[in-house]
Amino acid sequence: MSTPAKSDPSEWVKRYGDYLFRYAMLRLRDRSMAEDLVQETFLAALKDRGSFSGTSAESTWLVGILKHKIADHFRRQAREAPLADADLGDSPDPSSFDRSGHWASGPNDWGGNPADLYREREFLDQLAKCLSGLPPNHAYAFTLREIEGAETGEICKVLNVTETNLWVILHRSRMQLRRCLETNWFDKNTGKGS
Amino acid sequence: MLSCKDVTQLLSESMDHSLPFGKRIRVRLHLLMCKFCARYERQLLLIRDTVRRIAAAADTPGEPSVMTLSEEAKERIRKSLRNL
Repeated sequence: MSTPAKSDPSEWVKRYGDYLFRYAMLRLRDRSMAEDLVQETFLAALKDRGSFSGTSAESTWLVGILKHKIADHFRRQAREAPLADADLGDSPDPSSFDRSGHWASGPNDWGGNPADLYREREFLDQLAKCLSGLPPNHAYAFTLREIEGAETGEICKVLNVTETNLWVILHRSRMQLRRCLETNWFDKNTGKGS
Repeated sequence: MLSCKDVTQLLSESMDHSLPFGKRIRVRLHLLMCKFCARYERQLLLIRDTVRRIAAAADTPGEPSVMTLSEEAKERIRKSLRNL
């Protein structure tokens, strides 16, 4: 079996820069933060080239380092901005329900079956905006759960919350995100927006 | 009787762990009768599916993307690597 070649570090930015940047951007949604973490990843990789075993692709090795940096970032953020009680309070979207808990204004019809949304640049931008509108810890929880595919137990450790609290956080995040996408994307695209 | 508000919470929870049998049945029964909650569930699943596709597409090396490092950032990173 041939060992995957180690490339010259002077080629790294050209080869892997955009790939790592995209990976970081999707999770952090902050350009300068993503740039910094990509830079830190390359620096750490250069210092520790011996840790590249050659059993996986070089890109996989680099993403592994970046993943750790992103997780550290989330952990730091969670420590600096612990959950407020208000973040776990009643429905994030109280106007949706009447006093008996039934829909006051139900979800709108989003029309058709928009399966190709993930290819639409504008939708990506809107999703990023809606995620940025969530409280930071909610956005991290959602990102870890839905983008990273992390199990809830892992997320509880990073955010330092109980599982029950995490379910509430994820519920609130999904509800708020759904509402935001409806108002700013689906209503406009199905002609309901003004 | 579960309210719509309860059901939205349980629908979200069911995306993170499997609900106890009794609760699951009550949610399903509610969805049969409530078009808004059924729609809410479809929309949550669409959001999940779309976010996963976005992540999968972005995680494929070499896939052309609109999200790229700026030239300044590339130059800065190259410089920092040379100076190490």
